[in-house]
Amino acid sequence: MTGPRHQPLAHLALAAAREAPRPDAGVTLRALPYQPSIILRGESGDAAFVKAFRAGLGFDLPLAPNHVSSHDEITALWLGPSEWLILGDVGPVAPAGQGRLARALAGRHHAIISQGDGRQIIAVSGPRARDVLGKLCPLDLESPDLAPGHCARSILARCGILLHPQPGGAYHLHVARSFADYAWRVLAEAGLEFGVAIASGD
Amino acid sequence: MLLISCPWCGDRSEEEFSCGGEAHIVRPVTPQDMDDQAWGDYVFMRRNEKGVHFERWRHGNGCGRWFNVARSTVTHEILAIYQVGDDRPEVPE
Ligand SMILES: [Zn+2]
Repeated sequence: MTGPRHQPLAHLALAAAREAPRPDAGVTLRALPYQPSIILRGESGDAAFVKAFRAGLGFDLPLAPNHVSSHDEITALWLGPSEWLILGDVGPVAPAGQGRLARALAGRHHAIISQGDGRQIIAVSGPRARDVLGKLCPLDLESPDLAPGHCARSILARCGILLHPQPGGAYHLHVARSFADYAWRVLAEAGLEFGVAIASGD
Repeated sequence: MLLISCPWCGDRSEEEFSCGGEAHIVRPVTPQDMDDQAWGDYVFMRRNEKGVHFERWRHGNGCGRWFNVARSTVTHEILAIYQVGDDRPEVPE
């Protein structure tokens, strides 16, 4: 699978690379490199669909709201009772039916929707990561419902996000490609009071 | 700001939701048999209740699902949350 020709945040990362490192920063922002992803649609209550997913990818689709499961470099994030984001390479989406997930689900009621390079993931880490998100996002970030292993779609200022908490108090924020610049700048601005470092590379 | 309890996600901020207007409006099966008055009533006329209002909400910046809410238009209090397709629940006036 090939990556995008143009990284959505390349212009900001280039500017950041010219800045001196900030070891005292409370918040670190990093634009993660392209990752293949698809949206999977199917019904949580369809036992044959759930079983076929397991047969294809070797782990259970998360059925409980806002839960995440993963196995072998593939991560499934619950988005809704009939919708999941699958991160990682599950095989080609086109031509139809060629990938291993598509083969496993063949004949079952489902849809696999290629996300192409339509998404950008921004990693927010550092001791004040939660504080900066708390200024912009209405989720209760201290809730056990947002511990690692969970996820939630919500908003960041005026932009829709998928929030994926990581071990160690960091967060991955998924935004639509066209909102990447906005999300990055609003995070950088909100983080000023804590000190913001821009990490480059992977 | 209201906290709205999404049937799937639990308590979330009102900002994540949008209101879809009055619930339980059924599209006529044979619109070709209706006169302009009846069609206009279906398309435009709403109850505009002072008191308990049954309305549709969508967790758009969340799980994306539609559900129904019984809400007091006087106090803004949410009295019941129930699934699309269910009957109006009994709620205190
Ligand atoms: Zn929801």
